Amino acid sequence: MNRENLIWLTLMLLGGGFLLINAGMKYSETGTVNGSVYVQEIVVEPEADAPPIVTYERTMASLRNEPGVSFSLSRTIGVWAAALCTLAVFSFLWGDNPLYKLAESVFVGVSAAYAMVVGFWTEIVQNLLGNLLPALMRQTLLPGLDTAKTTEWEYVVPLILGVMMIWRLAPSGGWIARWPLAFFIGATAGIRLISYLESDFVQQINNTILPLVVLSADRTIDIWSSVKNITIVFGVFVSLVYFFFSVEHTGTVGALARVGIWLLMITFGASFGYTVMGRVALLAARLEFIFDEWLWLIDPLQRRLGL
Amino acid sequence: MFEFFRNLDRRWVFLAMLLAVAIPILLGARFPEDPSPMVRSVFEAIDNLPEGSRVLLALDYDPASEGELHPMAAAFTRQCALKNHKMYFMTLWPPGTVMVQKQITMLEREFPDYEYGIDYVNMGFRPGYEGPIKLIVTDLKKAIAADVQGTSLDQIPLTRDLKNIQQMDLIINVSAGYPGAKEWVLYASTPYGIPTVAGTTGVQSPLLMPYIPNQLTGMLGAIKAAAEYEQLLIDEYPQLKDNRQAQEALRRMGPQLVAHVFLIVLILIGNAIYFIERRRSR
Repeated sequence: MNRENLIWLTLMLLGGGFLLINAGMKYSETGTVNGSVYVQEIVVEPEADAPPIVTYERTMASLRNEPGVSFSLSRTIGVWAAALCTLAVFSFLWGDNPLYKLAESVFVGVSAAYAMVVGFWTEIVQNLLGNLLPALMRQTLLPGLDTAKTTEWEYVVPLILGVMMIWRLAPSGGWIARWPLAFFIGATAGIRLISYLESDFVQQINNTILPLVVLSADRTIDIWSSVKNITIVFGVFVSLVYFFFSVEHTGTVGALARVGIWLLMITFGASFGYTVMGRVALLAARLEFIFDEWLWLIDPLQRRLGL
Repeated sequence: MFEFFRNLDRRWVFLAMLLAVAIPILLGARFPEDPSPMVRSVFEAIDNLPEGSRVLLALDYDPASEGELHPMAAAFTRQCALKNHKMYFMTLWPPGTVMVQKQITMLEREFPDYEYGIDYVNMGFRPGYEGPIKLIVTDLKKAIAADVQGTSLDQIPLTRDLKNIQQMDLIINVSAGYPGAKEWVLYASTPYGIPTVAGTTGVQSPLLMPYIPNQLTGMLGAIKAAAEYEQLLIDEYPQLKDNRQAQEALRRMGPQLVAHVFLIVLILIGNAIYFIERRRSR
């Protein structure tokens, strides 16, 4: 057995041993195993003669002996699957391995399927068929559709474009898919061009036209606001100078460009700092989930009071 | 010592970072937060609206950024409910429907008097990236015909007379990327002058700074701002003081601080090694 496999085996044995000991301790302390989820049955009385609607809401494990509270196998499997997938993804820090590959593949597959199903129900069923065939949809898939709704014939255009797009899967005539694609690219470019010009170009220039000397209500100079505005205007100016390559970066232009690159570096540093903060927050959230919902080592939300 | 750090396997650094984050969580370490002017501006944008104002809550994030953004979304939702604002939930991200549902579950639990269709509505997910924004600013029902349960918006009291989102008093966007805060600024806030605030991931925050304050009233950047916001909310609404769900970001600032100190130490050590090596090579 090589060193890498020995380390993996040791980690697995230690982790498995810890899980067993922890589960045994929790069971002896509370009468239930860590990671278990209990749900409360909630019955919603309908307005008409329809049968009552029953929903299940997560509840505290300490209430498991109360009426209407039951053990939820599916949600418990969910907690354990989420925890094990988290550990499988973390294992990539040690090096690429089959567990990481499995978690990654599951994530990609589930995400793609989820996006496809949600897109189908919200866009194809609700938006396209709901507008083209409202009567049929009301009787079948969309009972809540407005009874006064009639067919909106302009939705035939996206239907035709959609069919043309799917045509690329046909054995011949794949070129037909280029037409809806061209329409989509052209329309998107046009929409974005106008918005970017308005919001990112003109409005951003407007945001930079600032008074360099700011007066407060009593007509005295507001020093900090003035310094802030001068910094913004100067920062924009020197950063633009850095990207101005039609003039050689020597002398005054070179000095301003150098200040510009320093300001850009400070901005990148701030971005890096923010990114680190974000990543640590995500790590903290995952560890909190593992310690709280899975292992029951902490209880910040007091979900297990009385256990 | 120099050789030890120079040849240190990066996996020891990973392990140390894991401990730096895990130990404060296990110990429940927390630190006081002082809300910054930016956080106050976001708070006031919601709090200064008259009771019963229309607020669009666009939650454009997924479970991958939930740890960073869920505290912000929950704080926004709580504040709107405390101010009796009318809330219109929607998302441009497919998994965002689950994030919206979490806020609605919280509303049902903490604000049982809030009634679906009267006080809030879930308009669900809209595919098409920024396309739906472009549509709903002029004709809401053209892009969103029904709520998440398939009920026509014309049958819901809250949306029956709503023509487009220009009628909103405020847009609150919680954003993890594209489409997100930038698209709301480009297609709704700037061209139509709809007041907008955002809560964003740390990665996005510096890119959105130039829009403040003219195109974006205010912004919560990353978990630090979320923690300050939670503190401000507790200060202004003391009934939340014992609500542990409302202190998620505050709880996460403990590990955040220890991890940052550890990272600063690593940067200092890395730079020291670089300069020592450079001097030795001369």
